[in-house]
Amino acid sequence: MTVALWSAAVAIGLALLSAVLSLFTAWMPRVLRLVATPLFACAGLAALTAGLIALLNGGVATAELPLGLPWLPWRVRVDALSGFFLCVIGVVSFAVGLYAPGYLRGFERGRDSLAVLGGFTGLFLAGMLMVVLADDAFLFMVAWEVMSLASYFLVAFHHDNAANRRAAFLYLLMAHIGGLAILLGFGVLASFGGGFAFDAMRDAQLSFAWASVAFGLAFAGFGMKAGLVPLHAWLPEAHPVAPSHISALMSGVMLKVAVYGFIRVVFDLIGGFHWQWGVIVLAIGSISALMGVLYALMQNDLKRLLAYSSVENLGIIFIGLGLALLFLATGHTLLGSLAFVAALYHTINHAVFKGLLFLGAGAVMHSANEHDLEKMGGLLRRMPWTGFFFLIGCMSISALPPFNGFVSEWLTFQAALQAWQLDSGVLRSLVPVAAAMLALTGALAAACFVKVYGVAFLGQSRSRHVRRARRVPFSMRTGQGVLALLCVLLGVFPTPFLSLLNGVSQQVLGQGLPQLTAHGWLWLTPVSPQTASYGAPLVAVTLSVALGLGLWLLGRGVRRVRRCDAWDCGFVPPTPSMQYTAAAFAQPMRRVFGLLFHIDETVTRQEDGRLRHRLKVTDRAWEIFYLPVARAVGNAARLVTRLQSGNVRIYLGWSFATLLVLLWIIA
Amino acid sequence: MDHRVSLAAWGLALLQALLYVALAPLLAGWIRKLKARLQNRRGASMLQPYRDLYKLFGKQARMAHTASTLFRAAPYIVFVATWLAASAVPLIVTGLPTAAIADVIVIAGLLALARFFLALAGMDVGTAFGGMGASREMLVSALAEPAMLVAVFTLAMTAHSTNLSSIVDHQLVSVSVLRPSFLFAFAGLVLVAVAETGRIPVDNPATHLELTMIHEAMILEYSGRHLALMQWAAQLKLLLYGVLLVNVFLPWGIARQADVPSLCAGFGLVVVKLAVLGAALAVSETVLAKMRLFRVPAFLNLALLLALLGLLSHVILEVGS
Repeated sequence: MTVALWSAAVAIGLALLSAVLSLFTAWMPRVLRLVATPLFACAGLAALTAGLIALLNGGVATAELPLGLPWLPWRVRVDALSGFFLCVIGVVSFAVGLYAPGYLRGFERGRDSLAVLGGFTGLFLAGMLMVVLADDAFLFMVAWEVMSLASYFLVAFHHDNAANRRAAFLYLLMAHIGGLAILLGFGVLASFGGGFAFDAMRDAQLSFAWASVAFGLAFAGFGMKAGLVPLHAWLPEAHPVAPSHISALMSGVMLKVAVYGFIRVVFDLIGGFHWQWGVIVLAIGSISALMGVLYALMQNDLKRLLAYSSVENLGIIFIGLGLALLFLATGHTLLGSLAFVAALYHTINHAVFKGLLFLGAGAVMHSANEHDLEKMGGLLRRMPWTGFFFLIGCMSISALPPFNGFVSEWLTFQAALQAWQLDSGVLRSLVPVAAAMLALTGALAAACFVKVYGVAFLGQSRSRHVRRARRVPFSMRTGQGVLALLCVLLGVFPTPFLSLLNGVSQQVLGQGLPQLTAHGWLWLTPVSPQTASYGAPLVAVTLSVALGLGLWLLGRGVRRVRRCDAWDCGFVPPTPSMQYTAAAFAQPMRRVFGLLFHIDETVTRQEDGRLRHRLKVTDRAWEIFYLPVARAVGNAARLVTRLQSGNVRIYLGWSFATLLVLLWIIA
Repeated sequence: MDHRVSLAAWGLALLQALLYVALAPLLAGWIRKLKARLQNRRGASMLQPYRDLYKLFGKQARMAHTASTLFRAAPYIVFVATWLAASAVPLIVTGLPTAAIADVIVIAGLLALARFFLALAGMDVGTAFGGMGASREMLVSALAEPAMLVAVFTLAMTAHSTNLSSIVDHQLVSVSVLRPSFLFAFAGLVLVAVAETGRIPVDNPATHLELTMIHEAMILEYSGRHLALMQWAAQLKLLLYGVLLVNVFLPWGIARQADVPSLCAGFGLVVVKLAVLGAALAVSETVLAKMRLFRVPAFLNLALLLALLGLLSHVILEVGS
């Protein structure tokens, strides 16, 4: 196990080295592309190795670093849980490292400082790795802040645009409020455990009330970072404005680090479980999933849409975690383990396919310089490889068999369907409602990604620069290809990966899924073979064999397809502007779910007689949760201004009064 | 589960899958014939769908200049995914290995896969009708799919299994009283089936009136063998939902051993049940009018509500007792 620790140390070292070497780009821009990003990919690979060793080995390794305060040295630890998250970080970082050289070539001629980009990217990765390795709250918080601050500078990278600066500031603010909640949560645990080390916290005996306080603070802090509704408002602002490979890291990996923090604190450190927590997590997760996908459906900006879809997927992960808490608190350890494994599997799946989709969005922006869906179209013919990989990503995220998103959603359903074992009638009826919301979320996600793919990659180009889009460089295609391949592998061969996750469940919950592969690796049987089974490899093989057979039988030589104009019911040949737009595609859903959005839609006739349609869909969370807070702060500030008369004598009077009060308190 | 290794069981599964493909046009023809009779027309022969398919397979396919590779591949994917989903639903015999490969959630997933490509194919050429059909189809399915899953979850929770074969077995063994949850789930699933297979009052399979099409709008640009595959897939989906309704809710007569007499009895009974269901569909299509598109969500919300009521009445009333 010390090998895993050393390997993780190498990963951090490489990431920091990549950050330091990036500083030389001021003199030689090519350093970033030729040296720093390959080092970044190696760091990802090293982290992946460390994680795999930890998962396969299953033990625990700890070490004490000669850093930190004299009486409070930093402790690090690798176990199965952190190993799994090392894998998640490593695999996406590796793909991003492969992708970045091609992507960054476009930045070399720009005015933005490459040193900032490369430096903070390396620091960002190092911070995330440190969070996962930390074994005491001190190091955890330091690493957490390094991660948050580095990503702030990356969000603010295109700071010429005022909207980007605003998004970055919002992100910084929310990250700090979240960080504060986490710090207070650790404070509660540390005061009961008598130390900042995680070992001491594990031994702490907390009453239900204090445990709930710690849980609430941890859920608020990590939930804010994970973008759960209603604390998600920063996410769709901040994630899209960063460069695309950074968006992939933020959505694919950083949100998962928040999931790690939640699992570490709630499942590992606090220990005892209470069903009330499960209900809260389940409800917040379900609402996040549904609201996230509905808002994603309404977006016309590709990266913003993907960011909202991250809110949805994090919601699905927290549905799994909420189910796990519910089952564990009611004594159904096996079912808790099932829900826990489902949540972990969705964690890696979302990292892989959301990373892939953000890299694809980056490829589109790189070659067509466009992020508005309404101006895209026909990209599949211009960029066949990106189009193919993006299709795999879309199918995975829409939870279609035989891809990976389906497996984790299937597992979550299986866990929810065991709700009949619960004793309480209220809980028994709550879980199926969450399952129904998950089903609705899945179906809406499919609609959302049909819209994305159909509007962006199919049809005809809606603008001239998209029509001239060129293929992206080889390195960008490789980066996407690695993740697309993983989407397929995780979907078609779930059993080996799930067996590894079993170890994590063993370590954290003390319970695995003994029946997981009761009928061999072909059949996934999470509870028991009688309850449910899914032969993913067989489905994939049957699909491809039947497809190949059909194409061979029907598409042979002489029977060529003739090309002609589109039929379109015999109307005039369609022009690109006659296609359905992204806004038009979502219109029926906008109408059906209209109550949940703030829709501002106007049609006006301009002077030249042409009609102009304006549509703005805003998040209701703003007016419900954020504007009242902002207004309250404003009002409080206005109250304080009454003191500010501008008269020096009155200020002196206040100072004197304060002094008197303080002296009185001391005495 | 020991069927997994037995070759005979796999052969039987293959036979059942082929039976689905062979029977699907017949059900469509039967409904069309009945509808014609109800409208005082003589109507085409029940075998007409076979002739249509045969003719379409012989014709040269044409494609728009703007169509991409996806447009060519989509009919195959749609057909294969629908077929695979169908072959996991027990038709004449339970306990086949296909049910262990794909449980009811996988079946819903495979149907979603088919729909995904159907909608993408509709958008591929870049015509207004294709996009319209895709958008509407995704709306209908987004509301219908959860209703279907919830309805099936009721059965799955009752049988403690999502394996359709086990659900049918459980129904056969233990259903002696009529449960309220079953009635709700059945009603919900009927509404879903009507919506998902594109029948009146949600969609009209016979229309080519531009503004009312859903399914037909997506396959408007297809011709020749591609169109044949798309139509065949739609017929398969109709048969799948029909079998799901009759075999899961009224499973009596389905064979539980793989011997010839019970297989024949199972086949005969399922044909009779499907004929009755088809007749009911033909009658309802004759007396009902197609709804406006924005009435459809209310219709599907009713389906979801019924299914959820079924599930809740199961977990609250039936589990504890």
